[in-house]
Amino acid sequence: MKVLVPVKRVVDFNVKVRVKSDGSGVDIANVKMSMNPFDEIAVEEAVRLKEAGKVTEVVAVSCGVTQCQETLRTAMAIGADRGILVDTDADLQPLAVAKLLKALADKEQPQLIILGKQAIDDDCNQTGQMLAALLGWPQATFASKVVLEDGEASVTREVDGGLETVALTLPAVVTTDLRLNEPRYVTLPNIMKAKKKQLDTVKPADLGVDVAPRLKTLKVAEPPKRSAGIKVPDVATLVSKLKTEAKVI
Amino acid sequence: MTALVIAEHDNAHLKGSTLNTITAAAKCGGDVHVLIAGHNCGRAAEAASQIAGVAKVLVADAAHFADGLAENVAEQALALASGYSHILAPATAYGKNILPRVAAKLDVAQISEITKVDSPDTFERPIYAGNAIATVQSTDAVKVITVRTTGFDAAATGGSAAIENVTAVADSGKSSFVSRELAKSDRPELTAAKVIVSGGRGMGSGENFKILEPLADKLGAAMGASRAAVDAGFVPNDWQVGQTGKIVAPQLYIAVGISGAIQHLAGMKDSKTIVAINKDPEAPIFSVADYGIVGDLFEIVPQLVAELG
Repeated sequence: MKVLVPVKRVVDFNVKVRVKSDGSGVDIANVKMSMNPFDEIAVEEAVRLKEAGKVTEVVAVSCGVTQCQETLRTAMAIGADRGILVDTDADLQPLAVAKLLKALADKEQPQLIILGKQAIDDDCNQTGQMLAALLGWPQATFASKVVLEDGEASVTREVDGGLETVALTLPAVVTTDLRLNEPRYVTLPNIMKAKKKQLDTVKPADLGVDVAPRLKTLKVAEPPKRSAGIKVPDVATLVSKLKTEAKVI
Repeated sequence: MTALVIAEHDNAHLKGSTLNTITAAAKCGGDVHVLIAGHNCGRAAEAASQIAGVAKVLVADAAHFADGLAENVAEQALALASGYSHILAPATAYGKNILPRVAAKLDVAQISEITKVDSPDTFERPIYAGNAIATVQSTDAVKVITVRTTGFDAAATGGSAAIENVTAVADSGKSSFVSRELAKSDRPELTAAKVIVSGGRGMGSGENFKILEPLADKLGAAMGASRAAVDAGFVPNDWQVGQTGKIVAPQLYIAVGISGAIQHLAGMKDSKTIVAINKDPEAPIFSVADYGIVGDLFEIVPQLVAELG
């Protein structure tokens, strides 16, 4: 059984982005880029399923600029068997990515697609669900546990207020939450091995997908600043401030 | 122009998130209809009909809607979609699960987690963990939107909308509900609480979270946690406040032993008043706190409980 794992190249989670002064976007020139953390968890899960003998091949996919090859190499260093880059400079929005992934899924015929629940740049939380809908497949979002058995996936999901378990017929889409696993550190030998793995490149036009954006970003602004308040010397002062100044207790 | 709100409910009650979503829907400029897809959900439908500003409640009642499976609820929304200019759901685990399926099948973009409606086609939404606010305009015929509940007031009661039964779509047959483990608590729900007492890595252990309980009891507060505390296994995952956890904006947020990582601040910086208790005077949490106390939380928290009387 084959698993497809889409991975996104994003600004590293440790970077605090700055809004450009002309309000056209955030400044991502010369900042560190990494694999979206939720996608890293997705790759790890797919590789663990392979190591457990449930899966035979793990294929990583990334959509975006040529540098996404590095993200794919990271996925292959974790243990993905090969990579596919959908190479484009276009501003890709979730619907376009879902369509590209659907086209690849039609070609590759995976039984399972695992991807991150959201990317930490646009914070959209859409692509997995959109992909499932376009494929007509069931989905389990925000997964904290995935069990594959008898052509079914039993997935525990993190929902508001606790956990929920659903059973899906395969093929299916799973999106990862933080507690699904802890991705391994990639070792130097595995980084070297990943360089030799197969990496194919296709263009959106090869897949017959129109990736034109549907949302126009009119402006990007700094959020209203919250100014630092004061440090109070003791608990009595704090309580009196909360009562008389902030009037919240 | 009419907006359809996909209601989050438990068949008997509407979730608070639905009320904020109705307010956002009303700001889109037209009538507001509410879809209750559930099973034996008459009481939830009744509750929706009493919300001010709701013109009509559509009820799809079938066993396969009982647990809110995304495949089924999305199909139901799609069956009703023609004629609506806007389709909205709360940006909660429930709404986020369902709505992108609706958008994809309609071949339109989804606008996620809006915090403001500028006009019927232009919305504001936070990106990069709330470090930037994007104003986006949709070029699609139908606007499919999830609503960040802290961005909009809850709609009030006082309406009397018509309730109409609609034909339920068939079960997809591809997914089924197995079980649910919901944390039982007498405390208010995190996203609806007026006061939140939250603990971080500085708590040191799950056991130590007990010292926050008397404080939460005194204030009638919900209890939350930072991602670090959840990842360390101190407390359950549904306590997590932050970019990828719950987004909250209570009247009073007390951060105890929380350093204030970007992704945590993204989840609570819209709180009215923030109090930080941390032993590190340089902790970033103090840059957003209205009132900070530098010191050992294990001394300060009990003092605070005593002082509150």
